[in-house]
Amino acid sequence: MLIDTAADFDVRDYLRKEMMPHFLCPGCGHGIALRALLWAIHDLGLDKDRLAVVSGIGCAGRLSAYIDANTFHVTHGRPLAYATGLALARPDLHVVVITGDGDCLAIGGNHLIHACRRNLKLTCLMLNNEVYGMTGGQVSPTTSETRLTTTTPLGNQEPHFDACALATAAGAGFVGREVTHHVPKLKELIKAGLEHPGFAFVEVQSDCTEIFGRKNDMGSSSEMIMRQKSEIRPSAYLDTVDTPFRSNALPTGILARNDRPEYGATYRRAAAARKGAS
Amino acid sequence: MNAIDTALTGKSAVKLISGNHACALGAIAAGCRFFAGYPITPSSEIAERLARRLPEVDGVFVQMEDEIASMAAVIGASMGGVKAMTATSGPGFSLKQENIGYAAGAEIPCVIVNVMRGGPSTGMPTRPSQADIMQARWGSHGDYPIIVLTPASVSEIYSETLRAFDLAEQCRSPVVLLYDQVIAQLSETVALDGAGHASATRKWASGPRAAYQPYDGGSDAIPAMARPGDGYRTHTTGLTHSESGFPTQQPEAVTRNLSRLFSKLERHRDLIDSSEALHCDDADVVIVAIGISARAATRAVEQCRAQGLRVGLFRPITFWPFPEKQLRQAAAKARAVLVPEMNTGQLRLVVERVLAGVAVEGLHLFSGEAITPSDIAARATALARGA
Repeated sequence: MLIDTAADFDVRDYLRKEMMPHFLCPGCGHGIALRALLWAIHDLGLDKDRLAVVSGIGCAGRLSAYIDANTFHVTHGRPLAYATGLALARPDLHVVVITGDGDCLAIGGNHLIHACRRNLKLTCLMLNNEVYGMTGGQVSPTTSETRLTTTTPLGNQEPHFDACALATAAGAGFVGREVTHHVPKLKELIKAGLEHPGFAFVEVQSDCTEIFGRKNDMGSSSEMIMRQKSEIRPSAYLDTVDTPFRSNALPTGILARNDRPEYGATYRRAAAARKGAS
Repeated sequence: MNAIDTALTGKSAVKLISGNHACALGAIAAGCRFFAGYPITPSSEIAERLARRLPEVDGVFVQMEDEIASMAAVIGASMGGVKAMTATSGPGFSLKQENIGYAAGAEIPCVIVNVMRGGPSTGMPTRPSQADIMQARWGSHGDYPIIVLTPASVSEIYSETLRAFDLAEQCRSPVVLLYDQVIAQLSETVALDGAGHASATRKWASGPRAAYQPYDGGSDAIPAMARPGDGYRTHTTGLTHSESGFPTQQPEAVTRNLSRLFSKLERHRDLIDSSEALHCDDADVVIVAIGISARAATRAVEQCRAQGLRVGLFRPITFWPFPEKQLRQAAAKARAVLVPEMNTGQLRLVVERVLAGVAVEGLHLFSGEAITPSDIAARATALARGA
């Protein structure tokens, strides 16, 4: 399937042209993820005026500035907390969070687990490139074992997080993962996340070619993307829950789903009931 | 009729309530409709009151996972156009500082209550202090302006909470309401007259999108804000930005926009300034104090005056930006200045700078006890008699 089968989708309708050219490195997977997000927004016909995108700090955090919507580039690790305030105060807005593996799982890890538990309607897109790219290539919570980074010259000795297993265990209503190799599938997954009534966590396996790939002799950007294809394992989510530190095969697709009540609506209902009773 | 009803019905009532309770009622009367917080002594009563009251006025209360998230959620709600507040004490105030700096830089109105309990670190959670004067001004990194209000009674907590929301909206700035544990948990009578208060509203963007510049300060240095959903689709960032709101490191644009930011509050001092001078006109000795120390100093001034000593009190109500002009005027005839405070000399440092050349003496207590009127009167008497 070709990306350009999206006959009625022109990514330029959703980008801020004054912000071009973007500053992502050649071969970076984040542009593919951004395109998939905008394509999903287009498919669902979301109103740009009612769309709010909140992002943190890092390469992924910079993407919000490129989107023609109400965009908020906030502090490192905190986009989910800002988005929680925004979505609770303005339930009429569709709030999307863009974050990276360091932003979401290291400095912002506490906010992720509580956002999963709280189940407020938010769509969290975590772009996982296994490295702190913006700061020059330090180890992150998702860096694979043995990988070389500027702060793991001996090769990474720490086990890495499986973000989807973490989100599932913390109670997220919707958990999914896709790779940037499969753009239409990624778009469909993001769409399903956007449509989910509660908190949706979508991990996008992205690639950092310039800083991570080069240091680890992973080849060109196209070679890195082709490698994704051989590493994934579309499967039932129970596998990932049983083995939180993943094997070489990466489960993709919708990995967990439940229909726990959405927090904002629950709160407003309880408030209305209390007012009615008094 | 309970206290909240007065805020809703517009009928005034006099109630015996605590400072923290007054703060919560002031917030409701000011139009606050969002509170995010995290439990911390001695400010938790504000959260507990608002957890009950906000749903009654279609507002939202949320207890977040930590202090940082509470500050972030408050800014997020305000970005959505809703008046928002958080409350904390020293350790939590430290944790909120990075995001307070974001609110200052991105110019997002919000109110932060810090009920001071002293430190360092966990300090004395149930004891009063006035040791966050400097943190309130300089706690976040980089240069930024901020408004800090220091009420000295329960009724002033109520009225200053109203004013805090007004100033936050009018100046597009974070406003810190800074008071000590004594007046937070002291009960006094308050006239709950805030329901008729005409609360200030934010300057909202209007007109065509193409002509709108999110950080153009216009004639008063305060940019109009775009409300999400109104069609402006703007970008807000903690990076240095140009008038367009988009990040820039272009030196001229950075200088221009930061200069406007740094000058913003100075240009609106008429709106922001508030202080009180008691018997200062002929005073040989001027006492400078805030919060519960100013209450004790008021009694000390009365005691000194009864003995025929010319002692006065100057009390900043808006602490930052500091009322320098007003203090110089109040201390114009003073031979000596006495600064009683529950810390090791934070207010004294400010007074020494403002009144360079005048003898300034500190009376510092950091034992977890409040300074008594007799402590202050004894020192003021000695100073007035030239000892």
